[in-house]
Amino acid sequence: MTARSKIEARKLDFFYGSKHVLKGLDLACPEKSVTAIIGPSGCGKSTFIRTLNRMNDVVAGTRLAGRILLDGADIHDPEMDPVELRRRVGMVFQKPNPFPKSIFDNVAYGLRINGERRRGRLEEVVEKSLREAALWDEVKDRLRENAFALSGGQQQRLCIARALAVRPEVILFDEPCSAIDPIATARVEDLIQRLKTEYTVVIVTHNMQQAARVSDYTAFLMLGELVEFGDTKTIFTAPVRKMTEEYITGRFG
Amino acid sequence: MIRRKSVAQFLGFWALRLSVWLVLGVLALLLYDIIRRGAGVINWEFLTKPPRRGMTEGGIFPAIFGTLLVTMVTAVLAIPVGMFAAIYLNEYARQNRFTRLIRLSIRNLSGVPSIVYGLFGVILFVNLLKFGTSILSAGLTLGLMTLPWTVTASEESLKTIPAAYREGALALGATKWQAIRTNVLPYALPGMLTGTILGLARAAGETAPIMFTGAAFSLPFLPKSLSDQFMALPYHLYIMATQHHDIAKVRPLAYGTALVLVGMIFGLNLTAVVLRYRLRRRRR
Repeated sequence: MTARSKIEARKLDFFYGSKHVLKGLDLACPEKSVTAIIGPSGCGKSTFIRTLNRMNDVVAGTRLAGRILLDGADIHDPEMDPVELRRRVGMVFQKPNPFPKSIFDNVAYGLRINGERRRGRLEEVVEKSLREAALWDEVKDRLRENAFALSGGQQQRLCIARALAVRPEVILFDEPCSAIDPIATARVEDLIQRLKTEYTVVIVTHNMQQAARVSDYTAFLMLGELVEFGDTKTIFTAPVRKMTEEYITGRFG
Repeated sequence: MIRRKSVAQFLGFWALRLSVWLVLGVLALLLYDIIRRGAGVINWEFLTKPPRRGMTEGGIFPAIFGTLLVTMVTAVLAIPVGMFAAIYLNEYARQNRFTRLIRLSIRNLSGVPSIVYGLFGVILFVNLLKFGTSILSAGLTLGLMTLPWTVTASEESLKTIPAAYREGALALGATKWQAIRTNVLPYALPGMLTGTILGLARAAGETAPIMFTGAAFSLPFLPKSLSDQFMALPYHLYIMATQHHDIAKVRPLAYGTALVLVGMIFGLNLTAVVLRYRLRRRRR
């Protein structure tokens, strides 16, 4: 692994109340590549990804120790504004969560809250983002329609377009395909593959085939600890740890 | 076995049905009685002229005017303060034992008898703050009484907005206030307004809170400022129904007054329904 790390956790501990959810995690996600986080339910993979854009800040009763570095800078540094951090580190959630606004307004949302008012500029970015999310051809004639009119898979691609519109550097996917059908899943996976040319992607999934298909690197988490991290190919063909092998061959989980 | 189940279903169903009939029946009887006895006296003069000859003739315009005015003062206090308090409680305040206690207190306040608010208003607004017996004092007293309803209704409405709207906005680099303003409030507003207007409608029909804080038995002039006393429909009705020496003569006018009051409150509630419908439709 020679790639530069874009975002990394160092000795990361995380607690919900008295529950120790992440235990001394060391994990570096290489730039412009896809890193998959796999592991059985409750292993802390969703919690981990939500620490990367400080989304857990808004959850009461949580505590974090250790460091998370974005381009080498600690994201918990007082200098680092969590609002600006979340613009740089975008997130796509498990369940598609379009806002009850038009398709256009959904994609333009992030730009508008950052002060962009120029109509031409908004239209340009909305089109570009929808094209990147492979949704443009399906919605270009109905941008004024409510986003709820789209199918589940389309809604998820809309949420991806919405995340892309603010030009993040990292995009976090929290089990993005668990609520959509297989055909829509294939399209989203395809999309994730193409995104890595410009963005650093981290994806949480409990679907091992998905991890094998889309990612360059895979981290296997178990009970809040990192069991193994490496090339996806290595992890899936010649894992070092026995536990990893047992998990990916489906002996538990 | 099957028979016993169907008997239980039959009885349960009829218990529900009878309850609905009972509720609607009482309401229908009440409305029928008021309309039958009150509709006859309602004409242009009744709605636009002051009472004459010791309330045995003339109209109720000063009372209509006073009720509208005092309700406006109530709205100015109860709507913004209630909504802001609800936003704070639901979006910003930490959810711990202390906020649960506050919430419980607010719920309890909505059960405090209105006469208690009336006496509290005398102490606070009339005497302590020296607003005197006035529209201002009465409106603020009614406002205090409405606040628990406004806060509770607004908070319930905010709770119906999915957390995903807030998180989705935050994840795009919105500040907390931006997320609330652009992605929560627009969708919570219809419900907040409905609850608030229902609270106002209830306040508009109250007698006890205004009796000692500003409502007058009878006034020769319309109030000119917020520091004047005023006549109000519920108080006027109370006087005509119970305090008048010539009951037989004022009885029809009292029914007319009741009809106007019920009509006004119905109008307010209808506004709430229409407003909610419109706002909901606009969001689609």
